[in-house]
Parts: sequence; C-alpha cells; structure tokens
Amino acid sequence: MTIIVKKVAQIISGIIFLYGIYIIMHGHITPGGGFTGGVIIAGAFIFLIVVYGDTIQKLKNKREFAIVLGGVAILAFIFFTASGLFLETPVFFKNYSFFGTLGNNNSAGLIPVYDIIIGVEVATALYSIFLTLVIFKKNKL
Amino acid sequence: MTVYSLCFVLFLVGLFGVITKRNIIKIVIGLSIMEFSIFLFLVLIGYNDGGQPPIIMADIPHTQFVDPLPQAMVLTAIVIGLATNTMLLAIAIRLYRKYNTFDIRKITSLRG
Amino acid sequence: MNSLIPLFVILPLATAFLNLVFGRLIKWFPKALTPIVLLFLTGLSLYFILSWDSVIYSHKIGGWGPDKNIPIAIYFVLDGLSILLLSIINLLGFLSIFYTISYIKKFTGVRNFYTLFCIMVTGMNGVVLAGDIFNLFVFMEIAAISSYALVAFGVEKDELEASYKYMVLGGLASLFILFNIALLYWYTKSLNIADISRILEAGTNKRLVIFIQVLFIAGFGLKAAMIPFHAWLPDAHSSAPSPVSAMLSGVLIKAIGVYVLIRLFFNMFTISYEIALTITVIGTLSMVIGVLLAIGQWDMKRLLAYHSISQMGYVIIAVGIGMLILAKDGNRSWAALSITGGLFHLANHAVFKGLLFLNAGAVEYATGTRNLKELGGLSASMPVTSSTSLGASMAISGIPPFNGFFSKLIIIIAAAKAQYYLLTFLAISVSIITLASFLKLQKKTFYGKSKNRKLKNIKEVPFTMCFSMIVLALLCIALSLLVIPGIRETVMVNVVYTLINKSNYLLIF
Repeated sequence: MTIIVKKVAQIISGIIFLYGIYIIMHGHITPGGGFTGGVIIAGAFIFLIVVYGDTIQKLKNKREFAIVLGGVAILAFIFFTASGLFLETPVFFKNYSFFGTLGNNNSAGLIPVYDIIIGVEVATALYSIFLTLVIFKKNKL
Repeated sequence: MTVYSLCFVLFLVGLFGVITKRNIIKIVIGLSIMEFSIFLFLVLIGYNDGGQPPIIMADIPHTQFVDPLPQAMVLTAIVIGLATNTMLLAIAIRLYRKYNTFDIRKITSLRG
Repeated sequence: MNSLIPLFVILPLATAFLNLVFGRLIKWFPKALTPIVLLFLTGLSLYFILSWDSVIYSHKIGGWGPDKNIPIAIYFVLDGLSILLLSIINLLGFLSIFYTISYIKKFTGVRNFYTLFCIMVTGMNGVVLAGDIFNLFVFMEIAAISSYALVAFGVEKDELEASYKYMVLGGLASLFILFNIALLYWYTKSLNIADISRILEAGTNKRLVIFIQVLFIAGFGLKAAMIPFHAWLPDAHSSAPSPVSAMLSGVLIKAIGVYVLIRLFFNMFTISYEIALTITVIGTLSMVIGVLLAIGQWDMKRLLAYHSISQMGYVIIAVGIGMLILAKDGNRSWAALSITGGLFHLANHAVFKGLLFLNAGAVEYATGTRNLKELGGLSASMPVTSSTSLGASMAISGIPPFNGFFSKLIIIIAAAKAQYYLLTFLAISVSIITLASFLKLQKKTFYGKSKNRKLKNIKEVPFTMCFSMIVLALLCIALSLLVIPGIRETVMVNVVYTLINKSNYLLIF
C-alpha cells in the first residue's frame, strides 16, 4: 500500500472507532445500539489489518485474544440476565437498575450495560472471523 | 400491491441462482438474495399509513407510529443470516482445497 | 417451580462459554464440567416429571404481565410433551458427552467440540420450551447452525460435502419458516402461540390459513427429514462423528422437526380433514420408502440413517391418525391412544437409535472401517459392543421384552380400531422388513467368519464408551415398563393431556 493510504488509515481509523463508541453509548435514545455499533468498531480494526498487514504469529495472537474476549463478554451477559433470579420473586432477564428521566444518558435501567456487552461481543466475533480467513489463506492448510 | 410483488420477484431471482448455477459461491449468493427479499417483506408488513419513525422525542407530537416489532425481528434475522453465510463460505473454501474445483457437478463422492 | 424453567437454557449456554474461555488454559476442564452439568439437567427434568402438580407451567421473561388482555411478554411454557422431550435431550446429551471423552482422541481441534455441543443442547432445550413462534425460530437456528459445524468436524472430503448439502437445504427450510412467521404476523398481529390460536378460531380468511399450514409442513418436514425432503439425511448422519450422529438422529430431527409440527398443529391451528390426510400420507411414504432404500446399503451408518426416516414415519402416522379421528369428531380416547403410541415410539427410538450409532462408532474406532463387506466375526473380541448391538437390533425390530414391541403394538392397535386397515398392514410389513435388514447387519458385522487380514488384533473399546452403551441398553428394557398401568398414569397420560384438550394451553395467562 502506498504512503497516502497508510497515512489516511492512521488518522481515519481512530475516528471510526470513536463513532462506533458513540453509536453504542446512545443505543437507548437514538437508533443503533449494540449490534450496529459493534460492526463499526470491527470495521475500524479490519481496516488497519488490510492496510498494514502483519506476520502470521502476531495474527494468531490477536485471534486468540479476540476469541477469549468474546467468551468473557457472553459470560458477563449471562451473569446479568441470571442475576434477576436471585431477587425475592425470581424473574429471568429483569430490568432492575434505576430509571432516570426520559432522554437522559443514564435512563432505561440495565439496557446501556447490555448494549456495551453486545457491542464488544459482535466486534470480537467479526474480527476473529476475518483473522481466521486470513490465516487460513496464508498458511495454505 | 406492486411493492409485495417486487419482493416476490427478488425471491424468484435468488431461487433461480440456487437451482441453476454450478459454481458453489454463486449458490451461496443466491441463498443470500432470497434471505434479503424476506427481510424486505417483513419490514413492509409493519407500515401504517402516515406513520412516523417509532422514536419518542420530547418536542414532537406523536400520533401515529410505524410498527416497530417487525424491525426488531429483521435485526435478529440479519444476524442469523450472517452466521449461516459465514459457515457456508468457510466450508466452500475448504471444499476448494480438497476437490480443486468449484463445480458442484464434480463434487459427488457420496452416492446412493 | 416456575422459576426453575430458565435454568434449562442458561446452564448449557454458560457451560459452552466457560469451556471456550478456560479450555485453553486447563486441558481437562471441558471433560470434567460438561458431563456434570448435563447430568444435573437430566436430574432436574426427572424431578419435574415425578412432582408434577399443575396442568401447565409458564414463566414470563422480564416479569411483564398482560396489558389490556394482550400478552406482551416472552413466555417459557412447560407441559407434559415438553418435559418428555427435555428428559430425552438431556439424557442422550449426557451419555454422548461421556462417550466423547475417549472417542475424540482420533480428531484434531478437540477444544471446540464441547462448546459446539453445548450450544446445540441449548438450542434444542429452547425450542421445546418456547411459548411464541419467533423465539422458537431463533432457538431452532442456534441448534441448526451448531449442527452444521459439528457435521463437518473432521475435515475430510465426505464430511465437507455432506455439510454443504445439509447447510443449503437447511437454510432454504429456515427461509420458508421465516416467511410463514411474517404471514402469520400480518394476519393476526401477534406472536404468542396461545394468543394466535384464539384469533385464528374467530377468523374468516380460510385460504390464507391453509397456505400457511402447507408451508409449515414443507419447512418443518425438511428439518424432520420426511420423504420428499429427505435428501440431506443419509450423507449428514453417516459422515458426522458418532456421538454427533447419535444426537442428530436421536434428538435433533425430533426436537426441531416432529415436536414443532405436533405443537403447532394441535395447539395453534384448528384441525381440518385435508391437512390431517396430507400428514398421514407423508408419514406412510416415509415409512415405506425409507425401509426399502435401507435394504441395499453396505455402509453401516448410512443404513442406520435410512432406518431413521422409516421410524419417524411411524411417529407421524400415529399423530396423523389422531388428527384424522379428531377432525371427524370420532372417539377421543382412540385418538389419545394413537398419539400416546406415537410419542412413546419417539422416546424409544431416541434410545435404541442412539445406541446403534454409538455401536457403529465403537466398531469404527476399533477396526477403522464401516463397510459391511470388510467386517465379520467381531463378537469374540468385542463382547460389550456385540451384546448391546444385539439388544438394540431386537428393540428396533419389535421383539417382545424390548420397548420397540410395545410402542409399535399400541400404534397398530390404534390404527386397527380406527378402521384404517391399509395402514395396519403396511406397519406390520415394514416391521418385518426392518427385522430382515437388521439380521443382515448383525450377521455381517459380528457373527460369521471374516476373510479380512487386517482384523487380527481387535480389542474392546475403552471404559467410557462401554459405560454409555451399557446404560442405553438397560434403558431399552426399562422403558418397556412404561406400559404398566401404575407407571403409565404418572408419565404417559400427562403427555397428551394438553394436546387433546386444546383449552388447557390457554391456562398460561
């Protein structure tokens, strides 16, 4: 890749990452939420790999880290949904945090927490799919 | 009425791809087009005449909303379609390594 | 008791991802945790069966009550049919995982197997417990996608081709089902199964309802491998690793195929005569053509896969006869007897077909081949495998003290009492042809002399594989005790109670 593409990628990928975080954090007020924000964050990381490239050993390390982080995110999701079973009247998937005023950033109970967890999960899943295909092609297995 | 029949035409285009094409990647693309036509049909079902986007904003008077439940169903179904397409493409790449061809008429080692 | 229902979905999902995270650090972690969790779930489902005190259990997710008499929550519904299927799924899952601990040594990439298997069990548990149709679709897709990955687990030529065919046809079936859900939502503006049944009874557009019913038979018939839609089953079930084959043929085609058909056609739609006739004809074709295609097979697991189609035909005939009697307003007790026989045969088939697939896996582990022309004379060197295989073959052919005899007897008596004499004759003759096919399998594999030089030093398979096979063989005899009048009241009568009296399903509100 030429020097122009590399310099532009260096600047733009930070802005794409910030835009993805903005969409996740305002998921309960504006359209968007966990899934679409996660796809944009994965796009920022994939963009960097396509422009710069890396050795196979470092790609394998990144893939391992992405898969383990995705597993931890789903375990946190199951912990939050199952924690409703420990109240007095056990209910699965209950929305029990405090409810602020309409339209603020900390309203709607547990939904922003679920948005962040889903965003991390989707970003790591798409990133690990992309890295698996790249490693498979380079290794000629 | 014409909008629903256009969705059906898109479904038929995808079905033509799955049935008649020989390349395994083209079969995957045909299946993908069929899925998208059904997502379009689901979103079109929830339309009410003169509806607004289903978001409560503090200063705009809300009288008639578009139905938001099919939109939630389509988001879930898009994720399921993504998982199916990824699995199909991974198996297609490994099939090319084993058989050295993309032609579905030559991949016939299981018979009877 | 209502709040214990979500545990069937939470626990396997948590186990799957704990295996993913910790299986990379500690090598023995997945092998120790997964059997314990599945054994706990089996015990929980047996506890539900033995202490059943209400007509139907339900659990609202999120605690949202009905708003102006319209149900807006997602429901988990547990009735007699669901608890029977839950106990079969978790029991067969536990025995298959116990079998896998020593079988999987011949494969690479072992650490992903336990994750995929637990996700498949989560999906099947979710389908059986779902109370609205869109959640049923999502859980069905979870189970199906992980089964596509499990069929292609050892990446040889046969397995990849079988998985590709399975995936294209399964994706097509899922599209039909999603289109059906869109049409139902357009007509009734609701997604809850009990609410849709109330609206469909008072509805007027009959032709749209018939179109929806036919598309459901096509979509779920492809998942259950009934005869015009069976093309994926022999390849997929014979190429998968053996514990996965036992789960696929033992529970997956039942939980996401036959169970959903029974639930939707009895509890959601009103039964009409033409649809009941269509289902019975498809069941008859499956029964007859499945066994005729199975006679000429020389690959051991392919023969067992074709017999799966035929035995599923038995279940669908029994359900179809029950629907025909209910549609013509006949004697309701004969309809209940027929459906009881069909569901009893479903439970029996899971046990003896799972045992037969585990035996085929043990033979392949010891000798390295599945071709019947190369095997022979194994009964001296593999005593456990050959005796349990003999028991399972006698059970599937319907020989008296085993459980297959009692369930086929109930189906044949119900067909004769309802005056469908052609179905009775076909059921008896298919049973005789099944007996002939399994006598060939037993003789070619275990008895007789072998001319193959490579079969010299064969040893018995390791302990964990023997344990699963012995437990399943004991269950083949123990399940025939369910016909005794005392035990029948606790288990089998409860299974059809909500299907025959449709108004019981509305008690979930």
